[in-house]
Amino acid sequence: MAVTAQRKLDARALRADFPIFEQKIHGKPLSYLDSANSSQKPRQVIDAMSEFYETSYANVHRAVHVLGERATAGLEGARDKVAAFLNARESREIIFVRNATEGLNLVAYSWGLNNLGPGDAVVVTELEHHSVFVPFQYIARRQGAEFVMLPLDENDEVDYSSLDEIARTHNVKIVAANLVSNSLGTIADIAPLVRWAHEQGAIFVCDAAQAAPHLRVDVQALDVDFLAVSGHKMCAPSGIGVLWGRAALLEKMEPFLLGGHMISSVRYEKTTWGELPHKFEAGTSPIVEAYGLGAAVDYLEVAGLDLIEAHEHELAAYALTRLAEVPGITLYGPPADRRAGVVSFNLDDIHPHDVAQLLDQEGVAIRAGHHCCQPLMNHLGVPATNRASFYLYTIPEEIDQLVDGLAAVRKVFA
Amino acid sequence: VNEFEQMYREVILDHYKNPRGHGVLDDADAEADGQNPLCGDEVSIYVAFGDDGETIDEVKFSGRGCAISQAATSMLTEMVAGRTATEVATLDKEELLEEIGIPLTPVRLKCALLGLTTLKVALHKAKGTPLPDGLAGFDELELT
Repeated sequence: MAVTAQRKLDARALRADFPIFEQKIHGKPLSYLDSANSSQKPRQVIDAMSEFYETSYANVHRAVHVLGERATAGLEGARDKVAAFLNARESREIIFVRNATEGLNLVAYSWGLNNLGPGDAVVVTELEHHSVFVPFQYIARRQGAEFVMLPLDENDEVDYSSLDEIARTHNVKIVAANLVSNSLGTIADIAPLVRWAHEQGAIFVCDAAQAAPHLRVDVQALDVDFLAVSGHKMCAPSGIGVLWGRAALLEKMEPFLLGGHMISSVRYEKTTWGELPHKFEAGTSPIVEAYGLGAAVDYLEVAGLDLIEAHEHELAAYALTRLAEVPGITLYGPPADRRAGVVSFNLDDIHPHDVAQLLDQEGVAIRAGHHCCQPLMNHLGVPATNRASFYLYTIPEEIDQLVDGLAAVRKVFA
Repeated sequence: VNEFEQMYREVILDHYKNPRGHGVLDDADAEADGQNPLCGDEVSIYVAFGDDGETIDEVKFSGRGCAISQAATSMLTEMVAGRTATEVATLDKEELLEEIGIPLTPVRLKCALLGLTTLKVALHKAKGTPLPDGLAGFDELELT
């Protein structure tokens, strides 16, 4: 591996691990500034998965043959790695799901259906991704509970000033919020909100999809009750994500998906549920994807989460400085030291779709749209933004390419 | 010719910057709102029929969106004036795409066809003409 422990991340060396950069796009070097949408994959992860398919693949947990044993060891080894990565107390608290969205739905349904009712309230913030906003809005409405949104203030920060009022007037059962905003890159200080939730006797559900790839996520230090992660944003394949939950809560919950593997016994009269984590993993797991997630966790640990975070702050600062030089630009979000590697912006009144498509011609890949955050877009008063996002393989030249591309876009729309 | 300009050739930028038929018809005979949930583009279409109640006299549109969606809708207002509701309900999308005249990826195709789809929905609501097949791939379209 080209990575060694050092004080500063060597993004250029890491970049060589990612085969995707070995090509040109429209004859230009690839400037991949869409990692918050999904990250690229290092050779180490791709190779680990290929090798697993070539040497160790079979179904897990039920085969008695040697391949079944190897595959099970591969899957459960990945679970142990993820448990250590998130500092979970036990590996059985790690539930493999497709992505953070599925993990959040699992909590909304499995916990919500049995614990929410009329007179209760679910609290989210205006900065949430639809993966938090929609399932909790739905489950609240479905259970006759109230759905309360903490608004953003004029600086686009979550306004906590209504918490006392909410506490007085509502029986809060669930508080759900992100740790890092996928749209603005804001790194939230959720500690006060977690404390407040627990004072209300509520559970706190943390969306860490945008946090886990970029900074150290410690479920015990955060003191949250559930936390969801998507593998594809952190160098792992698509189709694998993690829901972490406190064992005591998970044990008391009904299953989310039902079927094979998640049972203890099935009789005509009654079916009983399996133990954790199997109760929540119906059907054949994404075995190789989970194994790939384990390899990705290894990769990130070697690179160093603290170094990745520092690298992204540096890139965010560089991008904010360079983009501020672009005439007609509007930048959204907090200062660089409080944001992960995400910069959202608009260019004059040119629709982000047009900006992104023209940038693509320059080899620059960014996201354009509402970023699954329509409540935030409404707050900002725009239909959409452009979003450039960075990761451990991002180099400043890619940001330069973006800035040059924006000048070309302005020329077309001049 | 530089690739940028090929993609957003003059006619598109011209329609985007000077949209034809932009505005609202207060007492429209047919209207509908369309949205592209992928990118948040929005178009509202207003139709006024002529004295025969069948021939389209005027189409106006309002909304916000990318250059492709707004320019395509602008072109559409010119294209359909003078045609009957039945003719427009079965208007082949290729006719509009030819007018746009640039290659479109599947994502941008939805932008380009937002106005046409919304217009067909408006005609459907007012005249019972057929809805476009699969609503041109929209995940949801406000039929209110």
